[in-house]
Formats: sequence, structure tokens, C-alpha cells
Amino acid sequence: MKQKENPIITFFASVSLALFVLFILAITSIIGTVIPQNETPDKYLQYYGEKWSTVFHALNITDMYHSWWFLSLLTLLSVNLIVCTLKRLPHVWQTVMQDNLKTTAERLHKMSPSRVFVFNGPAAEAAAAARVLLSRTSTRIKEKSTATATMLFIQKGAWTRFGVYAVHASILLIFIGAIIGTLYGFKAFVMLPAGSTTSHVYEMGSNRLIPLGFDLRCDQFTLTLYDTGAPKEFRSELTVLNDKSELLKKSIVVNDPLSFQGLTFYQSSYEAKQGQLFAQIKNTKTGAATGLPVKPRTEVSWPDAGVRFGVINFEETKNGAASGYRFKIWFTDGTGTPSEFWMDFGATAKIERPATTYDFTLTQHYATGLQVAKDPGVWWVYVGCGLMLAGIMVAFFLSHRRIWILVTAEGDRTEVLVCGGANKNKLGFENQFNALLARFANHAQFTPQG
Amino acid sequence: MDSSQLLGITTFILLAASVLYIGLFIFRAHALGVTATALTFIALLTDTAGIIMRWVESYRMGIGHAPLSNMYESLIFFAWSIIVLYLFIEFRFKNRLIGAFVIPFAFLGMAYGSYATEFSREITPLIPALQSNWLIAHVVACFIGYAAFAVACGLGIMYLLKARSQEKGGNRTSGGLLDSLPDLRQIDDLTHKTILFGFLWLSAGIITGAIWANSAWGTYWSWDPKETWSIITWFIYGATLHARFTKGWGGKRIAWLAIVGLLSVIFTYYGVNFLLSGLHSYGGGK
Repeated sequence: MKQKENPIITFFASVSLALFVLFILAITSIIGTVIPQNETPDKYLQYYGEKWSTVFHALNITDMYHSWWFLSLLTLLSVNLIVCTLKRLPHVWQTVMQDNLKTTAERLHKMSPSRVFVFNGPAAEAAAAARVLLSRTSTRIKEKSTATATMLFIQKGAWTRFGVYAVHASILLIFIGAIIGTLYGFKAFVMLPAGSTTSHVYEMGSNRLIPLGFDLRCDQFTLTLYDTGAPKEFRSELTVLNDKSELLKKSIVVNDPLSFQGLTFYQSSYEAKQGQLFAQIKNTKTGAATGLPVKPRTEVSWPDAGVRFGVINFEETKNGAASGYRFKIWFTDGTGTPSEFWMDFGATAKIERPATTYDFTLTQHYATGLQVAKDPGVWWVYVGCGLMLAGIMVAFFLSHRRIWILVTAEGDRTEVLVCGGANKNKLGFENQFNALLARFANHAQFTPQG
Repeated sequence: MDSSQLLGITTFILLAASVLYIGLFIFRAHALGVTATALTFIALLTDTAGIIMRWVESYRMGIGHAPLSNMYESLIFFAWSIIVLYLFIEFRFKNRLIGAFVIPFAFLGMAYGSYATEFSREITPLIPALQSNWLIAHVVACFIGYAAFAVACGLGIMYLLKARSQEKGGNRTSGGLLDSLPDLRQIDDLTHKTILFGFLWLSAGIITGAIWANSAWGTYWSWDPKETWSIITWFIYGATLHARFTKGWGGKRIAWLAIVGLLSVIFTYYGVNFLLSGLHSYGGGK
């Protein structure tokens, strides 16, 4: 019966290997949590001295989770998972699909738990009575009769034997997703001042320039603080453009990014431009609007609207304890005489012009820091995660339970064997099995033996 | 009364319950057991009320959010999860002696949360990164998992004590302190089931954390120390389950692994925040 197995396959399919790899992964993973990762060589030298930093660099410990040896361990784990699954799955498939009535009386007698009853009456009556008692556990009874014996069989959750393989497959799916992300995706960054447009971003680490294939404009960045001074919200108003036509507008905050053509833009950081203001102007009649950085005493123009303006003076204001600034604005749209007025920082002024009225807001000029990611593998990872949770639930909390009843007649004596088994949660199965035995014992015609 | 008073009272009720459960274990006075269960149930009510009140208080302050946003709040929920899990086990298995090994964990969690000086207990507004629907799912999943692992560790300790006394006492039929504990096979089975339960929730916690990280930063996994330690813990329990399912490990080995596993959980939870952070800031005096 026993086939001779290829020792290499046996090795790669073994659980001992899985245990060993998990143990080594757990131990080595600790290193990178104690030794900071991806710092500059100077920092390692300064912190650990020359000898140790040489060792760290030689063993790639400065970026250990992407080192050849750590990735080899993950590869070994994957090979282990694949070989183990391929080796065992055919057996499991057979167990799930097999005809359980094709077993022998000899094998059933060896099962544990099992119990023999003597039936006071003929075999046909015993089978009928057993069927009634068994149907209270499950009504889906399979049956086979020969001249001397009747076999009854019920089972539950045969498919749950696949649960553990679903978990293994889910880990591979996650790895595949991670590989796709590494090969075909990137992580990048761009610092985009309000009012500016960019057509490219910079890859993290390498600083390589990556063209977007479209333009991205930051219309405004706003920083909101709690009374305590802690940050409450970072918000960037973004517009996606193609040749100056607006394709998509979205206001992003942390945890709510902008996605366009497989790229996702995340609110990551910000930078206040020292000594620079940001003016947002809106023509209330036409709806045309823009945002422009302003330096005091420098003329700024909005050519599309024929608007020119500037901050011609500013002064500190004191209102009790609160202090701030106010600014004198000079503004013209080419009609009539230019407007001149004072306004507070952060306020919105209404500028009445001969043909229309403008809303004019003056705030701090910020640049928004956007993290940019392209990761076509992420859905593989998510499907893997979902499959993992489903697989764990099946593998842990559901079991394959089987119960056989064999009625045999030898002369006048009718014997009934009740036996069964479960692949998991044996205590739970025994409770169910004992309840079935109790029903037999309580039946007037069944007498337990031994 | 405010939530902090109520949670302070919870800590003392859990202390009393712990003392009574241990007393019951040592003196085997039935009356102690009934009182211990009653106190644990009251602790569950006051802890629940405390959590709800803290939630309401945050809304009154105008910064409403679920009380799951910092070390203190997570410890309260950790204790809450242990109490719920324990009471379920007590009612299911009709054995109060397990309480002596489990409820002290809930008390220690609350006591550490209430008296530690490393972190603040104030209700603070959420910083932008924490303003996410994943906050509740992630924290709840992780801490149900951690609570299950704490219960498993308590059961592991109980197993080892009983196994040792049986080895020493031989076939003594009565009189042993540990005889009234559930039999070894039952403790072993319960430890295993609790680890299974914890592993499911730990996996869910890691996954929700990864999805959250991806929606906040565009990276579902970046090997930061917290993530790495959570996966180390996952490896440990994953290996434990494989050893049991396929190699038939049980008894003392699983009991020890339940203890080692909890140490890894504690490091993931506490160590990463308070021990490793020092190593990750180069400058200054270090």
C-alpha cells in the first residue's frame, strides 16, 4: 500500500519545516524592530560604531525585511505551503467525495467512539428503529443493505476539510498581491503648493521622476486645529486636469484619498510658506475662481480674468490678548478705478467693481504633502485577507462529523454497532455521539453490551 | 458621577473578585465563589457603564469619538473583553476555580491603566490619522484577541500547576488543592479553543489595521515595529496551532506556548510603545 515518496517532496511538504520557518521568521523579525530600518549610513555609524554598522550592512540588517535572506525565508514558506497543499489536497478531496458506505464491518468495529447494542427483535425492525433514532441527529441518512447487514450513515461538514487549505491559499494570494504591487506599482511623493499644478511626482527612496499622465492642481490647503493646539484636520482641495479641462475635483483629508486612473493621492503632510499669503478670488457673477500666492508689495495677476492685485501694506492688530495682521489690498479688473481697502488675515472681502463683485479671501500660503501610490496588487491582498478570515472560521470552528450504524443478524441475535468520528472538536462530537447513544439506551428493545 | 470614578470603582471590584476567586481556590468555600461571580458581573456592568459614559462625555466635550483611542481606553476595553470571555466560560463549564487564574488579568489591566504614569487618561480629540471608521473595528478586533490570549495564558498556568501537583502527589484521591480544578484534558481543550478564538480575532485585527493603513497612507504593510510585532505574535500562535493540529501537541507544551504567546502580545502592546520608541529616536541623551 505505502508508496515510496520523493524525499525532497516529503521535506518541502512537512509541517516540521513550516514550524521551523515560522519560528525563524518570528525570531529574525525581532531584529528589525530593535535596529532602526532604512536610516542613512552615518546614523548607524554614529549609533552603533564602525564594527557593528559594517556587520549590519553586510547582512542587510539596515533593510532586513527586503533583504535576500528574509525574502528567501518567505519564499521557503510559500514553497512549503504549495507543496504541502498539493500533496495533501488529493487525499482530502478523496475523503470528502468518497462513498462512506464502502467501508467494512472490521474497520467500523475499530472506530472510537463506538458502542454495540443487542436488539430484541429481527434485523429489519432494528434497522427501522435505528433509522428513527438517527434521524434526530440528521435526516440525510445514506443506506446500504446486504443479505446479512444494513449500514446507515450520516455526515456533516465534509467540505470543511478544505478550510485549512483556503487559509494556506489566502497567504499565497497576499504574497502574490505584494509581488504585483512591487513589480507594477510604486510609492511616490509630491509637495504641491496651493495654486500650483504638477504633472509628475517623485518616487520614494530613489527620487526618480514619475510622470502622471495628467495634471494635478492643489486649489487650497487648510489646516484646522483643536482648542488644545493639536491638529484637527488637514484638507487639500485637489483638481485633476487634462489640458486645462477639469476632469475631477475632490477635497481630500487623511483617511479619505483621491483616486484617479489607478493612482491614489493621500494627504500626508504640509508646509507653511514663510512670508507668503494665498489669495482666493471668485467672480460672483461668472463663477470663475482662482487661487494665487501673494508676496507683500508684489503685483499679482490673474490673466484669464484680467485681474491684477497686490498687498500694498500690512500692520499688526491687537484686540485684547489676540494679535494678528491686517492687510491693505490694491485691486483692479481693468474697469473703472482700482479698489483699495484694508482686510483682516483669514477674512473674506467683497470687492464691488463696475461690472461684477469679487469674493476675495486672504490666508496663509501652504504646500500640501501628498503621498502617491499605485498598487495594482492591493485587491489580491484584500481578497486574500477575506479568504483568510473565512478559511480560519471554517478550519477552526466547523468539523467533519461522521456516524455509522451497522445492523447485523447472526441467527436469532441482532447486533447494532453505533460508531463515528470527527476530524476536530472531538469533545463536541462526543457530546453529540453520547446523546445518540442515550437515545438507543432509552429504547426498550436496545440493550447496551460491554 | 463621571466615567473615571466608575472605572476606578470597577478596578476595585475586580480586585475584590480576584481575591475572592483565589480565596475560593485555596479555601474552597462555596459562598466565596457565589460572591466572586456576583462581583465579576457587577464589574462588567460598571465597566460597560464607564465605557458608555466616557463615550457620552467625549460628545459633551464636542470631540465625540468611541473610547478606543489611546492606551488607557484600550486597557479598559481589554479588561471588559476578559470579563465577558471569562463569564461565558464560567457559565458554560460551571467551574468558578478558573476565575482565580483569569480575573486577576482583568484587574491588572484596569489597575495598570488607572495608575500608570506613562500615559494620560484624559479624553483627547482624535488626530487626523485616527479619524477613520476602521478605528473601532481595528481596536475591538485586536483587544478581543488579546483578551482571549490572556485567558489562554491563565488556563495554561492552571494546567501546569495541576499537572505538577499530579506528578508530585501521584494517585492521591483527595485533599489536593488542585483536585477540584477541571481535569487536565478539559483544561487543555479549553486552552486550545481559546487560542483558536484569539487567533481569529488577532488575524482580523491585523487585517483591519492593514486596510486602514492603506486608506490613510497607501501602504497596507510597512514593517513598522508595531506591525512586525503583531505578525511575530501571529507566527507564534500559528506555529502553536500547527503543532497541535498536525503533531498532536497538547498538555504542557501548549500550556507553555500559551504563556509565551501572551508575552509576545504584551510586547506588541506595551513594549513597542514604551520600550522600542526610545531606540527609534537617535538624538538626545541616548
